[in-house]
Amino acid sequence: MSKVETKKGYFGEFGGSFVPEPLQAALDHLEQEFERYKDEPDFNAELEHYLKEYVGRPNPLYYAQRLTEKLGGAKIYLKREDLNHTGAHKINNVMGQVLLAKRMGAKRVIAETGAGQHGVATATACAMFGMECVIYMGEEDTRRQALNVFRMELLGAKVVAVKDGARTLKEAVDAALKDYAENYESTFYLLGSAVGPHPYPTIVRHFQSVIGREARAQHLEKEGKLPDYIIACVGGGSNAIGLFAPFFDDKEVRIVGVEPGGKGLAPGQHAAPLVAGEPGIIHGFKCYMIKDENGEPAATHSIAAGLDYPGVGPEHSYYKAIGRAKYVTIDDAEALEAFHALSRTEGIIPAIESSHAVAYAMKLAPTLSPNQTIIVNLSGRGDKDVQQVFNMMHNKGQ
Amino acid sequence: MMNVKTGAERIIAAFSAGKQAFIPFITAGYPTPNITVELALALQEAGAALLELGVPYSDPLADGPTIQRASAQALSYGVTIRRALELAADMRARGLRIPVVLFTYINPVLQYGEERVFKEMEAAGVDGLLIPDLPPEEAENIERLAEEFNRPLIFMVAPTSEQRVAMIATRAKGFLYCVSSLGVTGVRSALDPGLTRFLARVRQYASVPVAVGFGISTAEQASLVASYSDGFIVGSALLEKIKEAEPLLLNPETKEEGFCIIKRFVKQLQSRV
Repeated sequence: MSKVETKKGYFGEFGGSFVPEPLQAALDHLEQEFERYKDEPDFNAELEHYLKEYVGRPNPLYYAQRLTEKLGGAKIYLKREDLNHTGAHKINNVMGQVLLAKRMGAKRVIAETGAGQHGVATATACAMFGMECVIYMGEEDTRRQALNVFRMELLGAKVVAVKDGARTLKEAVDAALKDYAENYESTFYLLGSAVGPHPYPTIVRHFQSVIGREARAQHLEKEGKLPDYIIACVGGGSNAIGLFAPFFDDKEVRIVGVEPGGKGLAPGQHAAPLVAGEPGIIHGFKCYMIKDENGEPAATHSIAAGLDYPGVGPEHSYYKAIGRAKYVTIDDAEALEAFHALSRTEGIIPAIESSHAVAYAMKLAPTLSPNQTIIVNLSGRGDKDVQQVFNMMHNKGQ
Repeated sequence: MMNVKTGAERIIAAFSAGKQAFIPFITAGYPTPNITVELALALQEAGAALLELGVPYSDPLADGPTIQRASAQALSYGVTIRRALELAADMRARGLRIPVVLFTYINPVLQYGEERVFKEMEAAGVDGLLIPDLPPEEAENIERLAEEFNRPLIFMVAPTSEQRVAMIATRAKGFLYCVSSLGVTGVRSALDPGLTRFLARVRQYASVPVAVGFGISTAEQASLVASYSDGFIVGSALLEKIKEAEPLLLNPETKEEGFCIIKRFVKQLQSRV
């Protein structure tokens, strides 16, 4: 149990495990196995090996000098998760969980995916370890992200198009949980974000914390002090909690999570539960969420598919409740502007998700002094978004 | 007589007719809100001992495709907890005497207010509450309200529960809902072979009646579990039958014929117990 877990599986009043009884035993078992292996030297040596040799860690903490000079204020550092194999932070968690799955004797790995990034990362690791892989994806998303479906298939995964409800991420998670409830004896459910019932938020935070540990050490080495601000985009919140958690006790470090403001904070126009939502239960855990008038999960919108989710990790909900982090929004247009700005000034095309964090840093930096520093988690590369941005610029719609 | 007893007593009494209790599950608002009320009465007439009334929900983790479809249709009529309780009150007003257990997910209960749910259950004549995604570990507050309002919170236990069986079964009030096979609700051709062993273990700990649900669709399956349980729950198979009869039910001229098909089906389900 980490220091921010106030009781098992809870972060303040958030988290918990609200699942049907057939699934609860599977989660209890997963929790036991995770606790058993997470501090085991052999397990960690193997994980470290693959993170170094396969993922390419540690990745740099890059001083974005031209962007900094252009903005005229605090120094901006980028944590280059975009340089990982598969192009985003997702692989950190996937490697950890696949190794856990192997230890637990699972032959089959299932996962949910929205835009396809977590699905691709999971399919990649399963290919490398020779494990059977099934990815659940909303039918609507399989159409919007047809190329990622092909990537996953190329990597040997089976992609199941989920045809329930709105046919997006929410339904894909439900389908994966149902598969898990039926097949948990032989199957490992590899959840991709810091959400879901206990122990998933804890597991994902554990494996993503490598981001913050590296960034903290790298910043100390370069600057001889801790950063003034750390910033990350928040959808489910895995890249953000990975950066934030190792800084939790460093009270002088200000933490900012950036949620997608979409087209504005009117209902259905955004996906910012921490800024504009209320506590509720979704996908088996308690968190801030975006609700309709009956309290059910409501429609969301973001230019970034990877941030388009009505709930958010319970640990972020707790950070907000106790005031440890500040959560803000960046809208579609601002994110797009940052996407262009970083591409031009630094030669780095950021994921449209990460562009939300970059956009906030661009607003913040000029208000700070040059001896202050900001770390921005550049959670993924933007190659996947080039087509979408091209279409938008040429008025072809999304 | 009904009003002087607690909800738990009424529920337990429903199991003491000397044969296995038949417990139908229907979704409030399916196929339409009005027909749900008449369906409840038809099910009572055809021998139902207790009614499980499901509140439709858009994020139903415990339900298979049949119940999900029924939920989607009921949601299109705007059925929420409030409307489901109004329908239950209508059922009572029109002569429903058997105990009613409301089946709903936890999020809508929290949104509506836990205490308000119990108050309105009391007013509507609903006897118990079942929340499939509320494990006993998270249920303390609602258990306290259940006690206060004399309307038990029904727990579920599954073959996978293993070490949890004793903890859950000893806490059970009203009746204990045993999930017959792994996974979600739906029509299955065969019951889990380890089920009898599991049920024997459950009965060892439970002091309330034990009912089996999830996957029972035939009289044969119902009779399979008869000697190891006090009742059986049929949801998906019944909703499939309702779907089949839906065109008849929706037409006032053929409605009775539709109810006859359903009554025949549920009588047949009870034919071997």
